[in-house]
Amino acid sequence: MTAVAELMDYAEVIERFDPVLGLEVHVELSTNTKMFCGCANVFGGEPNTHVCPTCLGLPGALPVMNGKAVESAIRIGLALNCEIAQWCRFARKNYFYPDMPKNFQTSQYDEPIAFDGYLDVPLDDGEVVRVEIERAHMEEDTGKSLHVGGATGRIHGAEHSLLDYNRAGVPLIEIVTKPITGAGERAPEIARAYVTALRDLLRAMDVSDVRMDQGSLRCDANVSLMPKGTSEFGTRTETKNVNSLRSVERAVRYEMARHGAVLAGGGTIRQETRHFQESDGTTAPGRTKETAEDYRYFPEPDLVPVAPSREWVEELRGTLPEPPWERRKRIQEEWGLTGEELRDLVNTGAADLVAATVDAGAEPGDARSWWVQFLTQQANAREVELADLPITPAQVARVIELVKSGELTNKLAREVVQGVLAGEGEPDEVVETRGLKVVSDDTALLTAVDEALAAQPDVAEKIRGGKVQAAGAIVGAVMKATKGQADAKRVRELILERVGA
Amino acid sequence: MTDLTRLTAAELAAKIHAREVTSAEVTRAHLDRIAEADGRVHAFLHVDTEGALAAAREVDAGLEAGHAPASPLAGVPLALKDVLTTEGIPTTCGSKTLENWLPPYDSTVTRRLREAGIVILGKTNMDEFAMGSSTENSAYGPTRNPWDHERIPGGSGGGSSASLAAFEAPLAIGTDTGGSIRQPGAVTGTVGVKPTYGGVSRYGLVAFSSSLDQAGPCARTVTDAALLHEVIGGHDPLDSTSIDAPVPPVVAAAREGARGDLSGVRVGVVQEFAGEGYQPGVLRSFQAAVEQLRELGAEVVEVSCPNFAYALPAYYLIAPSECSSNLARFDAMRYGLRVADDGEHGAEEVMSLSREAGFGAEVKRRIMLGTYALSSGYYDAYYGSAQKVRTLITRDFTAAFERVDVLVSPTTPTTAFKIGERVDDPLAMYLADLCTIPANLAGNPAMSVPSGLSDEDGLPVGLQIMAPTLADDRLYRVGAAYEVARDAAAGGSLVHQVPELEAAK
Repeated sequence: MTAVAELMDYAEVIERFDPVLGLEVHVELSTNTKMFCGCANVFGGEPNTHVCPTCLGLPGALPVMNGKAVESAIRIGLALNCEIAQWCRFARKNYFYPDMPKNFQTSQYDEPIAFDGYLDVPLDDGEVVRVEIERAHMEEDTGKSLHVGGATGRIHGAEHSLLDYNRAGVPLIEIVTKPITGAGERAPEIARAYVTALRDLLRAMDVSDVRMDQGSLRCDANVSLMPKGTSEFGTRTETKNVNSLRSVERAVRYEMARHGAVLAGGGTIRQETRHFQESDGTTAPGRTKETAEDYRYFPEPDLVPVAPSREWVEELRGTLPEPPWERRKRIQEEWGLTGEELRDLVNTGAADLVAATVDAGAEPGDARSWWVQFLTQQANAREVELADLPITPAQVARVIELVKSGELTNKLAREVVQGVLAGEGEPDEVVETRGLKVVSDDTALLTAVDEALAAQPDVAEKIRGGKVQAAGAIVGAVMKATKGQADAKRVRELILERVGA
Repeated sequence: MTDLTRLTAAELAAKIHAREVTSAEVTRAHLDRIAEADGRVHAFLHVDTEGALAAAREVDAGLEAGHAPASPLAGVPLALKDVLTTEGIPTTCGSKTLENWLPPYDSTVTRRLREAGIVILGKTNMDEFAMGSSTENSAYGPTRNPWDHERIPGGSGGGSSASLAAFEAPLAIGTDTGGSIRQPGAVTGTVGVKPTYGGVSRYGLVAFSSSLDQAGPCARTVTDAALLHEVIGGHDPLDSTSIDAPVPPVVAAAREGARGDLSGVRVGVVQEFAGEGYQPGVLRSFQAAVEQLRELGAEVVEVSCPNFAYALPAYYLIAPSECSSNLARFDAMRYGLRVADDGEHGAEEVMSLSREAGFGAEVKRRIMLGTYALSSGYYDAYYGSAQKVRTLITRDFTAAFERVDVLVSPTTPTTAFKIGERVDDPLAMYLADLCTIPANLAGNPAMSVPSGLSDEDGLPVGLQIMAPTLADDRLYRVGAAYEVARDAAAGGSLVHQVPELEAAK
């Protein structure tokens, strides 16, 4: 189809150009209902089952604003250090597309609910970069199209298309940065770190699922280059379909290298939308339009203006959680972690989970070991992010507590966690239903020990003769007999007691 | 037995509630009248015979069981404009695009009518998507004015007004974006009220221009309109622009007005609505009405509203702009007319060809006007300026209502014109709404009440009364006082002078 783009060596790009970034992040809010109607706001579901006259855009139907979505929008604005509008409206963005039931999107336009803020973004080496936020505004999501037939999976060339309006009308917040300049060679890293910090912040606020794989957090990356020493921004491209944090970094780096090659070859960058391709890390142009899109925005006459009182805004400010990076700084000090240890925790996505587990009563060391080792393995095996495992920090803390009290061995504890991950309920329920309690009744154990000793008289003799390490064989036999539910340490003690060693 | 179709809604309700007649008998009488008259008049697009009789029998059963009537109008039949959704009953908006569309839900107005025990006879004809002043823009053919079958019944709600004047229904619902309740009322000798914007829910009213559309009552008397107003009015959580305040006491105001005393009421005559372009007979009828108000004790003064002159052009930017967006949803993807879906055409072509086939000329004209007015680079000059005019008109009203309680003017500059007379001259057609548009732009309530027949052509003329926002009750007080005085002087209700079907030209 299209020729492989020429790329400039990254070091050369940095030597000759200054990159300018602009990031637009769409966040689906996890409200119970949609933005303008009472339909359930849930991911997935049978197609076209979470719909009503309003979100299907049927003739005569009208929107009513979701108060919880406005509240979330204001909280997000405050967490991003934005001003909150005294008075603002929605507008209609008019364009035809089958997955948009009204053929206009109800969206804020020139009167966003939040504007002029910033986010301090920690980079991998601990340096903090301030990213300026231009605006955060409310809008509704569109339905989803599935184009069947054709090579690209896009509408052009498709034989037919299927439409699912379950997502239509889901509340979205679009967060737009001001141009990020001066990033130099760290531009791709900054892009990833910004989206990461934003995701962690929104997760801590409990306003969104922030699942890039499910589209509840989506990032469009605008990239341009300007020759070193100049200050006029170059033509930008907007890359969509960036579905993971790693892809954010790859997409920005790829576009920088591509722009560099085009500009160095005397060409010009076409202002266009491009699609990131996960498979090979490249971007491909979208359909070029012959004319610029004119959305004919005008104020939405079916909704009344949003005018949040200052008292309410201050009340919402009081509900903001401790920002994740501040919490990390605090736990580093409290737990005496080195910078590197903390970074490992952060990079695996475990830091906030560990902190929450500690908050739920666990020792930091235990909490860390569970999340970084066993649970990280489980997440990897399932190919999900650690935070998306179906277990909560409180449940992990309970398992740790059961081990501490001697009711579970570490081995049994892992089985309990497996049970929780399998959806069998709370840790205590799993212990109950799977019958995983440690056998601590010495009478039952002693019977097992006596039987094992009687079965292996030669081993018993060796132990009696002082070869204490031989007890291992008897321990093994007892553990086998008790199906692993005995405490191995106690079994060993009982064996030595029995042979009188 | 008296002809049930000649009675007012209030009289019918009294008889039904007193068990003198059943709602089913009343409903049957109107269905018979529709069968007799509507072949000529064509007020209805759909008659729901079975549904109406079932609803009537339900009311009768309730009364028979000793239950109190659900509302003062329980059991009375009504004609519903085909722009309000009715679950399971076709709702076409007078457009080919929605031919055979069965809405899955009731509009709030429909629901309130049903809950009040009002019997919905059927859906009335209208200009396509309520765009027009003659009902000639209906995709299903024009409605004829019962006063003269060669003439228009007004528009867009010509079906509703004609059904009243033809005695096919004692009550009707209209919607008024620029005059679509009042102007049809004026040219058919019936009463029509545009309530305060936000006074009646728009949920389920298929939008033409969201910031202007307002549903309201149509009847043959001011009191009947008031009774209907109280049924359909009031806050609706499904419409964000619905006003969360009690319905103004319009029935009480109509009763007070009917006592015939307007002393202490200050009436302002809008100076700008007279002169060139106004039919002399209309102006003479208006002058007589003003004189009658003075005789009732009102203090009459001249009031200038200089910005009303810009209302029409501002309207023809705002309404088309909003309609260009509101009508974008008719894209053949989920409902409505779909053409060229033959496997050869892509989705965009199907959309485009379906819209080409489904919309009439006036709808296309307004979509194009609105699309242009909202375009990048033109927005400020057109839509933006029109919104400024809107503010100025609101200020004119505010200033006027500091001096007077109500404003009056002719409802429309002429009597009913001939079918076909203005179809090729949109600007002439648009002038029919010259006097009614300011109240839509400012959102305040207004009524048209019959003021007699024009002396040169013997056709009905309407008196427009305008009140401040949320003072809908003033319309009814003044309207009822005037109606009683006029009817007394003329020896009866104007609408009863409508010619018999066979006698009509």
